[in-house]
Amino acid sequence: MSVSMMKALNQSLRDALTEDEKVILLGEDIGTLGGVFRITDGLKDEFGEHRVVDTPLAESGIVGSAIGLAYRGYRPVVEIQFDGFTYPAFDQLVSQLAKMHFRSRGRVKMPVTVRIPYGGGIGSPEHHSESPEAYFSHTAGLRVFAPSSVEDAYVMLRQAIACDDPVIFFEPKRRYHEKADIELSTPEQTGSPKAKVLHQGNDVTVVGYGPTVYTLNDAVLAAEDEGVSLEVIDLRCLDPLDLETVAESVKHTGKLVVVHEASRTSGIGAEICAQITETCFDYLEHAPLRVTGFDIPYPPSRLESHHLPDLDKVMHAVDTVMRRNETHAGGAK
Amino acid sequence: MSTQHIDVAAGCLPTHQLLNVSGERTPDEELDHHLTGLTEQDLADFLRDMVVLRRLDNEATALQRQGQLGLWAPLLGQEAAQIGSIRATEDTDFIFPSYREHGVAWARGVKAEDLLSVWRGATASGWDPHEVNIACQQIVIGSQALHAAGYGMGIKFDGGKEVAVAYFGDGATSQGDVNEALVFAASYQAPVLFFCQNNQWAISEPVGLQSRTQIADRASGFGVKTWRVDGNDVLAVYAATKAALAHARHGLGPTFIEAVTYRMGSHTTADDPTRYRKNEQVEEWRAKDPIDRLVNHLTVLGADVQSYQQRAQNAADKLAAELREAITTMPDPEPHELFDHVYAEEHEPSRRERDTYLQYLTNFQDGGL
Repeated sequence: MSVSMMKALNQSLRDALTEDEKVILLGEDIGTLGGVFRITDGLKDEFGEHRVVDTPLAESGIVGSAIGLAYRGYRPVVEIQFDGFTYPAFDQLVSQLAKMHFRSRGRVKMPVTVRIPYGGGIGSPEHHSESPEAYFSHTAGLRVFAPSSVEDAYVMLRQAIACDDPVIFFEPKRRYHEKADIELSTPEQTGSPKAKVLHQGNDVTVVGYGPTVYTLNDAVLAAEDEGVSLEVIDLRCLDPLDLETVAESVKHTGKLVVVHEASRTSGIGAEICAQITETCFDYLEHAPLRVTGFDIPYPPSRLESHHLPDLDKVMHAVDTVMRRNETHAGGAK
Repeated sequence: MSTQHIDVAAGCLPTHQLLNVSGERTPDEELDHHLTGLTEQDLADFLRDMVVLRRLDNEATALQRQGQLGLWAPLLGQEAAQIGSIRATEDTDFIFPSYREHGVAWARGVKAEDLLSVWRGATASGWDPHEVNIACQQIVIGSQALHAAGYGMGIKFDGGKEVAVAYFGDGATSQGDVNEALVFAASYQAPVLFFCQNNQWAISEPVGLQSRTQIADRASGFGVKTWRVDGNDVLAVYAATKAALAHARHGLGPTFIEAVTYRMGSHTTADDPTRYRKNEQVEEWRAKDPIDRLVNHLTVLGADVQSYQQRAQNAADKLAAELREAITTMPDPEPHELFDHVYAEEHEPSRRERDTYLQYLTNFQDGGL
């Protein structure tokens, strides 16, 4: 059956609501409207206004009240409408949600999922195209999931909701309309998702997650045309990072390119490059490179194509680690 | 010394007082019936609670001075506000306290040494929230109000009869989270009591800097039923809390209480109040002392005050001795506790970090301690 990522997420929430009466959805416009992206379409009619709750317009209030509901034994799934509106809830996410289990010495569980549609490429105004994942992977106590595919959207949201730790769940909104032929009754997996090798190759390990994975798949074909074999890894989970899978790959390719939309400095790519350098130093044939957004505020949409990683930038980095464009050596953005 | 002086506009709400400073009962049409059934023994128990609590507070301050605690936030002067309110709750009502609600936690059965273990730096929280129905103490100002709102929404959604109670101070009323909590609780008509101890000072800032109106007046703007009470009058606090809880249990939604009291001590043991407030103000409030007030009332009632006081004193002495012994012999936590409970489920990088560090410590003859 061909389903969209939107439909897969919708079905994932429906199945979670059906299986566990303590699952409760909170967010702005998620009830009657079905969410601005329609991810919760039809769920309020099906489960009622006490399970699918339209909230007042206050992000700290949404996350803070979800914490109170978790204290009460609920398993809240909250929607932050757009990435750039996450920050009003920053204290509740970082100082409360992330630390409550540690603070209570394991007595209070916070099985809260925070869904955040993120990333650019949709021509939006300011605050609607950001990639804030590094703030949360830097925060102990939170897990950070970032699915890229329709199948993962369904399965990983089920995993996030089932998890007894808080999960920040980043949805690649640019890919909401992507479709795939999958069976949505996919058996539920437990624990955090592991990185997945999407395409095996010998020359360069290319790592991405979320919206950039589609670009990496395109890069496989482009590189093949040039006689270069890419090994593509979808990280899927940004905390905990499954770098064993990446290290195994780098040990046979000797070259690493990490790709994300978020800004470069102190980003996920920096962490991956650092850890791989620590664990695979003797295998590396070239310094690991990053292809990322610039260290700028997300630009006006008429400029976003310059900011976002695309096929050309990825290929430029691949050429660099392959030493095929020495005149441009030193990295690419 | 410069003391910033900001006048608070005269409020719309009366300040309920059921005991005047001389300890005489003053009639209150709205709240009197909430004292029905309260016996002389109950009053004596309030006295014991407040005397023991004051002793706990003084002992903690002393232990901090002696280096046994890293810090302490004294509640001196706020005994009636805390004891009067918590004794009005049912044990199943869930409390979301700030960091100064020592009396609230102690009255619910939390051991004094467990309370102090946090201030000693031995642990991140001193009690099991689900055992005593009190959330971990909250240090970020006002954040817990939203947790209470969410808990109250849960009660509403699952049809429970409990009430969620948020404790916070006058400073917290400026925080967005407290205001958002009032919006959420009102929107869903959730059974939540917002209990504000207006102790006049947020560290060095007088309440007039937080609010140009009486704090209690603000709640009605959220559609929340509100009372302003003399926070040094244990009976007024108790009766107003009973009224608020009954309101919630009848499905009538959230309530707000401003208990007007005074922080007689410093903000914390690291604070020096002589830099920002005048001694005359402190003395003015000393004359309104909550314990003296109840002693006066028991005297007016013709009770055997001396024996009640003696009983309270004995309990206080016993607690202080046991507390001192427990704190001064409290072992430091083990290094592995650094990593315990960061996650509820297995987290491979966290486990690896712990194992690596514990292995590293074995390089030291003394185990790195």
